[in-house]
Amino acid sequence: MEWLGHFNYWIVVVLMMIGFYGVIARGNMVKKILALNVFQTSVFILFISAGKIIGGSTPILREGVSAYSNPLPHVLILTAIVVGVATVAVGLALAIRIREAYGSIEDDRIAAQEADEENRQSEPSR
Amino acid sequence: MTVVELSPFSMLVPLIASAVCALLPGRLWPWLLTFAAAAASAVIAAITLAAAMDGPLSYAFGNWEPPIGIEYRIDAANAFVALLVSAVAAVILPWAKTSVDQEVPERQGPFYALFLLAFAGLMGITLTGDAFNVFVFLEISSLATYALIAHGQDRRALLAAFRYLIMGTVGATFLLIGIGFLYMMTGTLNMVDLAQRLPELRDTATVEVALAFIVVGMGLKLALLPLHLWLPNAYTYAPSFISVFLAATATKVALYVLLRFTFTVFAPDYSFVALPLAVVLMALAIAGMVVGSWVAIYQANIKRMLAYSSVAQVGYMVLGVSLVSVTGLTAALLHMFNHALMKAALFMALGTIAYQVGSVRIEAFRGLGKRMPWTLTAFALAGVSLIGLPPTAGFISKWYLISAAVESGHAWLVALIVITSMMALIYIWRVLEAAWFRQPAEDAPAVTEAPLRLLIPVWVLVAANFYFGIDTRLNVGAATAAAEALMGGIPGGAP
Repeated sequence: MEWLGHFNYWIVVVLMMIGFYGVIARGNMVKKILALNVFQTSVFILFISAGKIIGGSTPILREGVSAYSNPLPHVLILTAIVVGVATVAVGLALAIRIREAYGSIEDDRIAAQEADEENRQSEPSR
Repeated sequence: MTVVELSPFSMLVPLIASAVCALLPGRLWPWLLTFAAAAASAVIAAITLAAAMDGPLSYAFGNWEPPIGIEYRIDAANAFVALLVSAVAAVILPWAKTSVDQEVPERQGPFYALFLLAFAGLMGITLTGDAFNVFVFLEISSLATYALIAHGQDRRALLAAFRYLIMGTVGATFLLIGIGFLYMMTGTLNMVDLAQRLPELRDTATVEVALAFIVVGMGLKLALLPLHLWLPNAYTYAPSFISVFLAATATKVALYVLLRFTFTVFAPDYSFVALPLAVVLMALAIAGMVVGSWVAIYQANIKRMLAYSSVAQVGYMVLGVSLVSVTGLTAALLHMFNHALMKAALFMALGTIAYQVGSVRIEAFRGLGKRMPWTLTAFALAGVSLIGLPPTAGFISKWYLISAAVESGHAWLVALIVITSMMALIYIWRVLEAAWFRQPAEDAPAVTEAPLRLLIPVWVLVAANFYFGIDTRLNVGAATAAAEALMGGIPGGAP
């Protein structure tokens, strides 16, 4: 069962596609942000999986252990998680401001409001 | 302190200043600190470029020897881009004070702190020699940029920022995936180290996929045509100052990252062979040039017109890259520099009009030529540079682009470059026609010429457009050295 051995990577692919689909297909801004977060999380798992060495121990130097898992991906992903949290925070803050300005966070309703405004703006000039 | 020890400070000064700036009250102090930081950064970048022309500089952070530690590796290419970014920031800040006071009247401390963060992020991307560090700085500058765009007065600025956040994050995550694959295959993140280890692995699918992810991710940040959708609204609704800064620097830095990965990390004989990158980039560049210019002609909002023009100009730069020759790269880097000059001048002239008139729609330009002659003349002269007529900087970069196209046997590209330049002539002419040959609407508010504190920085940039079109030693010399450094594979040869 070769493909089961790559279980992590299948999860990565599935999560990545779910997240990416959500980012593209959802019109609700909060859902878009959440989907974006799922998308990013899949990449985190990809990195972490790469750090695992079969038979490797936790990367703490001690006697009787010769193979250690690679700790560097974890450190990198710690940074990427911080970036991800900051992105979600900025995204949600923007969603709140958009809700205050438009009264909605649904893409199609805002687009309708925008179209109205655009018509009003161009009429008097022509 | 040697030049090598000094070099990282062009990123560190704005980064540290931003933390201080967030706490400063009032309107004067945050601006003063920002200006001082940008000017210091530009001076350091200039010193660094002078030293990097002789050979690459390497600075190990915290004295951790590369490839274990994070290295700043500065050769002619990134020193050139770093000087471009910091010099633009230092030149536009004197202009920005007046404009920002009107458009962002409150809480300027945090606003300038965000600007400094975005600026420090761009400098970090440019100077670093570590692939993961590129991602971190990219996100630092991007997150600050989203917040800056949201400061626009129009509520659509919020939507533009949100859409840019979604697309920008997807792009950055693609870059992260690509870097992850590279790390899995090579076990290193240092760019020089990557370049040495990748040739053995060049036939593996993982490395090909990594390259594809990085190119698509940076294509998003670069606003290469089908991935440009975030750019027009972001530039249109951001505060004038931020539009100027982003138009002049952000896409250039993204292009630099693309070049650094395709030419240094993956050698050009790999990245343009394993994937049909030259053909794809050329097709997208041409599409960007034509579609961007075409759409720009029909815009009623002049700021949006210039934004679409930026999509077209990115096309010229990528076209130079897609020719994969030293001349082509020189043309791309030269246009990077010259486009920063002309677009900064145009957006600043436009921001000056927004300050005086309160609108940047084409109707507001009617009869403006007589009322604001200095501003409109600056706009016209910067427009001449955008179109690419001698003796402006725009002509020099188009000249190099045309020579590169002829040299690589694509003579038909010359016709295309001339046609898209004509389209630029049309959209710039529309504005000038409205300004000089139309009567102002009867209910138009009385408008006077802009104050000198706005005009002088605009004219400094307009003068630079002509200076670099006549005396080309600095820009062509640096661009050629940068192109040679990039084509040489590992920056500047063995360390």
